[in-house]
Amino acid sequence: MSSDRLKKVAVSDRRTFVKWSTLISGSLLAGPVLQSCSDPAIGAAESAAAAAAKSPETKIIRTGCPSHNCGGKCLLKLHVTDGVITRIETDDRQGDDISDPQLRACIRGRSYRKRQYHPDRLKYPLKRTGKRGEGQFERISWDEAYDIMHSRITEITDKYGNGAIHLPYGTGSYTNTNGRWPAVRLMNMLGGSLGFYNSYSWACINIATPYMFGTLESGNQRQDWLNSRYILMWGWNPAEMKDGTNSDYFIRKARENGARVVCIDPRLSQSAVALADEWIPIRPGTDTAMMSAMAYVIITEKLTDDDFIRRCCSGYDAATMPDGYKDQESYTDYILGTRDGVPKTAEWAEKITMVPAAVIARLAREYATAGPAVLYQGYGMQRRAYGEQVVRGGASLAAITGNIGINGGWASGLANQKGGGPFWTVFPMGSNPVKQTIPVFLWTEAVVRGTELGPQEGLRGGDSLDTNIKMIWSVASNVLMNQHGNLNRTRKIVEDESLLEFIVVQDNFMTPSARFADLVLPACTQFETWGVEDGWKYGEEVFLTPKAVEPPFETKSDYAICAGLAERFGVWDKYTEGGRTEKDWAAWMIDMNYRRTRFPDMPVFRKLSASNKGVYVKPVTTPAVAFREFRENPEKNPLRTPTGKIELFSGRLFDMNMPDEIPAVAKYITEWESPFGKEAEEFPLQAMGHHYMSRVHSTHDNNIWSMEAFPQRVFINPADAEERGIADGDMVIIRNNRGKIRIPCRITKKMMIMVEIEKALPAGRRSNG
Amino acid sequence: MACKDRSNLKPGQNWRRVYEIEGGEWKQESGAWSTLPWSYNLSISCNHCSDPACVSACPTTAMHIDSSGIVLIDSEKCMGCGYCMWACPYEAPRPDPETGKMSKCDMCIDLVKEGKRPACVDSCPMRALDFGTMDQLSARYGDLGEVWPLPSREITAPSIVITAHSKAAGADNKTAIVANREEVEGGKQ
Repeated sequence: MSSDRLKKVAVSDRRTFVKWSTLISGSLLAGPVLQSCSDPAIGAAESAAAAAAKSPETKIIRTGCPSHNCGGKCLLKLHVTDGVITRIETDDRQGDDISDPQLRACIRGRSYRKRQYHPDRLKYPLKRTGKRGEGQFERISWDEAYDIMHSRITEITDKYGNGAIHLPYGTGSYTNTNGRWPAVRLMNMLGGSLGFYNSYSWACINIATPYMFGTLESGNQRQDWLNSRYILMWGWNPAEMKDGTNSDYFIRKARENGARVVCIDPRLSQSAVALADEWIPIRPGTDTAMMSAMAYVIITEKLTDDDFIRRCCSGYDAATMPDGYKDQESYTDYILGTRDGVPKTAEWAEKITMVPAAVIARLAREYATAGPAVLYQGYGMQRRAYGEQVVRGGASLAAITGNIGINGGWASGLANQKGGGPFWTVFPMGSNPVKQTIPVFLWTEAVVRGTELGPQEGLRGGDSLDTNIKMIWSVASNVLMNQHGNLNRTRKIVEDESLLEFIVVQDNFMTPSARFADLVLPACTQFETWGVEDGWKYGEEVFLTPKAVEPPFETKSDYAICAGLAERFGVWDKYTEGGRTEKDWAAWMIDMNYRRTRFPDMPVFRKLSASNKGVYVKPVTTPAVAFREFRENPEKNPLRTPTGKIELFSGRLFDMNMPDEIPAVAKYITEWESPFGKEAEEFPLQAMGHHYMSRVHSTHDNNIWSMEAFPQRVFINPADAEERGIADGDMVIIRNNRGKIRIPCRITKKMMIMVEIEKALPAGRRSNG
Repeated sequence: MACKDRSNLKPGQNWRRVYEIEGGEWKQESGAWSTLPWSYNLSISCNHCSDPACVSACPTTAMHIDSSGIVLIDSEKCMGCGYCMWACPYEAPRPDPETGKMSKCDMCIDLVKEGKRPACVDSCPMRALDFGTMDQLSARYGDLGEVWPLPSREITAPSIVITAHSKAAGADNKTAIVANREEVEGGKQ
């Protein structure tokens, strides 16, 4: 490529930029859309970067790292020259005090230029030309795209009603003005759409935590970990996923303060390597067995906090069983095996978990006696069969040892922090006239047999649906053909035009989901529009993300796309509240929402924006402790559970009358397709996917920098590899009775024997999801 | 990654690399895992040695130590022969895949001259990297200059001090390997 061409691209002249982009689209349309169209965009960005390094005209813009739902929220410092981001640094605020530590971005944020200037960015609206899923598209104008959207939404709502339209779960972008929220707002104005509840990430922990505590606010503020003497990181890997920016750093500081840190995980994760004194590998899916055995040791060796149990817990033993359930199996009954005849001893758990009985017993004693102790549950364990049990099992251990409501303790469960977690979404979406909602994971069922679904399958807001889903509008989501389970079945459903009559996908890249769309709308990135985001799970920060560079080609923010469509429906004025831009909305969110709710001391938008700080942080000097008031006086400050106490036994779960699937106390239940079942004869290995440094779900999967540092490999133990004649780096096929994938392998001792870890969600490729 | 971004490095051109060391073994006793492997990470770039092997190996004097002690490459003189890469026991010099000339960590000399710290130091989310004169660093962290698989510090007198991971201190070299060779060797010829 010539340097002249590069210079042209680097200048901010919109016409030249568009002209250049037209050249690219020519080559792109000659073949399948999925082909890469060489790398002039990257070249342009790099050339500008080189030129800009010494340019006096470089602007520094501080902003939030684009929100893709990694679990963190960090500060970026963009160098922008001639309309191009030429360097990305991170938080450089002075002090780095523990009450307000720097919000340092990980490699995903630091490598963002390779995503931002990726040649495969969607550039124009595209209309499907071949069969659905085949990947054949042609470029169309925004006019035509809006015409298509308008006519199809009108036809489908006329024919089936608004309940036929579904906007699936997706967290590929959520700075309020970018992401699915603007589309939800528009559909709510147009008569609504079929909604969902719960999430792919937290399906079990969201539901199970309130059964224990009556709330999701079960976490102390994280600085309080420095008061802990013992920290069990159970299936938790903050060093790689970022479960709250600085969670890994706080653990490091706690350890420096004298806490012993133990990590329980089938894989020797980066958290286990860098943060823990000890690593305990455990067979996937058996954590509740180990928790139960720890409870057995704690109970039989009288290491329980009896005063706390008596005052604050319900259902621990016969004496604390709630009224109406006095004769039922209590938590202690289950642990000691008084009814089922199986005492949950460490020896019993050893056979299930592959953790030596002596280690289980030692950990139980350490956890119960070390002083205030944290048992932090990761989310991977609850994304499995019977995931509710592990959530309640961990919280039960915290309860019987009295590690709740005190400094240095931790109640477990979802653990949004005391005093309020983040808001995540403050963009006003209005209310949905369609009152029924489905569980997030059941959208394929609602496509195939929606009218047959009822409350027993989780339908809320009504006894039945009026229609199956007939149209999907997927914004910043790769759930459709990537994140959902059993993709081979899902594909058959999604490609059937008699089931789904219209699919539109709005994203940054031609994701697997977009490939199955009838209409593809090119959204800009979060660097290219104004937005506001807050600090994921802990939420002590609010980031203002200004528009740093112009949206390239014909991309638009998700809000602008929806505003354009609102115009077709004659609701533009109402939708935009008289013409608000993304920047106006950012101002509204800060001045009219955050400042009036959680952060009254936050500067007004105008000042925050002018300061170029990018973030407002409320320092944590005295960490809040969840359930402190409850612990001090449970009668006066009862929990929002039926008994007002922590429910080791739940009458509500008992009343569901499904004791084998949903027991009233936390129980270890053998999973289906487990190593103990008949399937293990044909499929002896377990496979699991974990969050990985190079990607957030499928976002960044096409980032050459992050993927170089952490390439996509399946981890397999040397013993398992040798048995199968597999050498390091071989391309292997992983199969089960639903399908197979091909992936290069990494033979590593960091992986437990008899377990493979694929560093990916099943089909994870290139998306904003 | 801060390093890649600051210097616009191409794939394979990895000036700072994180070596994942693993060793030990899995041993079972009656079905449970009684002995376990271990692992530690080692983040390494050019150590700006006092007696750098790359400088002695360079046939064109492109590789040199500047007045502040930073080892630099004069790319006008470099002919891309790669001797420095072979000579360096830390695998520090790497070729630029486009120019064919050698490239390596320059200690972010532009930032350092402005009184700032190198990009990697300010990027580390675990605050595991630091920067200063050797006197300052030794005062803060002691003077350990080698852990497996680094060579003896006697060879090139590297300007680095290391706080050893608990597993690195007593590393059983017989079973230790670099587990992510593919990543750290990218671009090495």
